[in-house]
Amino acid sequence: MSLLTVDDLVVEHRSPGRPVVRAVAGASLEVNAGEVVGLVGESGCGKSTLARAVCGLNSVTEGRIAFDGEPVTPLGLRRRKLTGIQMVFQDPYASLNPRRRVGDQIADGLRTSGDTVTKPADLLERVGLPRDFAGRHPHEFSGGQRQRIAIARALAARPRLLIGDEPISALDASAQSQVATLMRDLAVDSGAGLLFISHDLSIVRLIADRIAVMYLGRIVETGATAEVWANPRHPYTQALLGAIPKPDGLGVLPAELPGDVPDPADPPQGCRFNPRCPHVMDVCRVKDPDFGPVACWLHEPSRAHTP
Amino acid sequence: MTLTITDLKVSIGGKDILRGVDLSLQEGRVHGLAGESGSGKTMTGLAVLGLLPHGARVTGSVALGGRELLTLPHKELNRVRGGEVAMVFQDPATSLHPMLTIGRQLTEHMRHHLGVGKGEARARAVELLGKVRIPGAQEAYGRYPHQFSGGMRQRIAIAIALACSPKVLIADEPTTALDVTVQAGVLRLLRGLCDELGLAVLLVTHDLGVMSAVADEVSVMKDGLVVETGPRGRVLREPAHAYTRSLLDSLPDSSTDEGVR
Repeated sequence: MSLLTVDDLVVEHRSPGRPVVRAVAGASLEVNAGEVVGLVGESGCGKSTLARAVCGLNSVTEGRIAFDGEPVTPLGLRRRKLTGIQMVFQDPYASLNPRRRVGDQIADGLRTSGDTVTKPADLLERVGLPRDFAGRHPHEFSGGQRQRIAIARALAARPRLLIGDEPISALDASAQSQVATLMRDLAVDSGAGLLFISHDLSIVRLIADRIAVMYLGRIVETGATAEVWANPRHPYTQALLGAIPKPDGLGVLPAELPGDVPDPADPPQGCRFNPRCPHVMDVCRVKDPDFGPVACWLHEPSRAHTP
Repeated sequence: MTLTITDLKVSIGGKDILRGVDLSLQEGRVHGLAGESGSGKTMTGLAVLGLLPHGARVTGSVALGGRELLTLPHKELNRVRGGEVAMVFQDPATSLHPMLTIGRQLTEHMRHHLGVGKGEARARAVELLGKVRIPGAQEAYGRYPHQFSGGMRQRIAIAIALACSPKVLIADEPTTALDVTVQAGVLRLLRGLCDELGLAVLLVTHDLGVMSAVADEVSVMKDGLVVETGPRGRVLREPAHAYTRSLLDSLPDSSTDEGVR
């Protein structure tokens, strides 16, 4: 059984005076222990909402999220039993408490897991920072260092599933791949699963075993990273990979995907990608392809016999 | 020559950040500035606009069409900043004011620099929002930055920079925080504006793919010095400097370039 099973998840955002937004509209995903899954997609496609729902930070409208077979309950004020899922947030400037020493914040995680042996300094060492940083406050660190501290704090609770919600996008460009690789190594070494959310495809390619591509609240394609990279099948994945500029010195502007991301409050009929798809067929406008691993009528399982 | 930087040296607290940078931007051309972080790419951009941190000592020359910017009085420099020379920063979460509507932020400097009326500024702002592909530009005008996603915020920041039709645009990692599909659009937009309006662009980026897509000239920086400058095709295909070669070799795609796509 997989560590995390997300089954047909629907998450809706309701705000007064606005139409209901289905940020996640029937997404299914699995993460196994020791596996790194990269969740990619454009901003606004619902990746972060999915991650927050897995942590219990967003309430689930429909569908199921199971962690080790147990349903994930919404996070409340009461003491939480489920500490096996830990999250590293996007902005380390906002996710660390500015008034507390970083060692104390890491100690919170250690207390959660009932660990009385490990010292906060040990965790700082694991994320590649000097031991004596434990007595300092967050403002004394750069963005990359803060994110390492946030990772140390998440790891202190001994998670079996680590979630990174765009953990590298607030960092300086050169620190991004270092922090991403560090997260991967630490998660895999401790046998935990890692759900890594990023819009940066080159980083995801570097660290993920499996990749899941999300578009407008749906997972449109999943597969082994190398396979998806070499042979993207969903037209959206193809467009996404085609948009990465290549350093060949030829001055070729990357291909642009026509049209805009539709409003998630009013998604198009049928396949959600159909207004922007270059291979659109009649069936796409009418019926939603609700199958995997490639949710596209061109790759319907009964026709293409793909695993 | 729109903007010429000669022998620019910057030191902060006795530490040399830039050790003699020479660059020249021409109208209608995109000049890419590559290098690792800490090499001084961003500082070069900030020095042009006089935005260096306190206590920075600057020598050398930054000339905008014959005018020396480094010694310009504050008042005149303010006329240049945002008007003739505009900048786009990497992180749109901090470069936009959280308490002002984006419409206000789009029109404020436009009215100041161009002296246009409220209605005209608004019409232009909406047009710019459409140009950078913000869905529902009319409604977006009255919203606040927190109501947009990171990618959209950066597009707004670019719209703000372009609002006064600057001659020189300094873009510091403008697409690093964006999705690739949006990045493709923004790069096309930058390239288009550069060709159409004769904008001189200084594109600071670590991403050699982005560099390859839009830059005409490429300069590579290391430890406060420009180690190599030349046309895009030559620098990226036949790098003369060992450092440029090592940057290119470190890319994950360098060996399997053909296998992708």
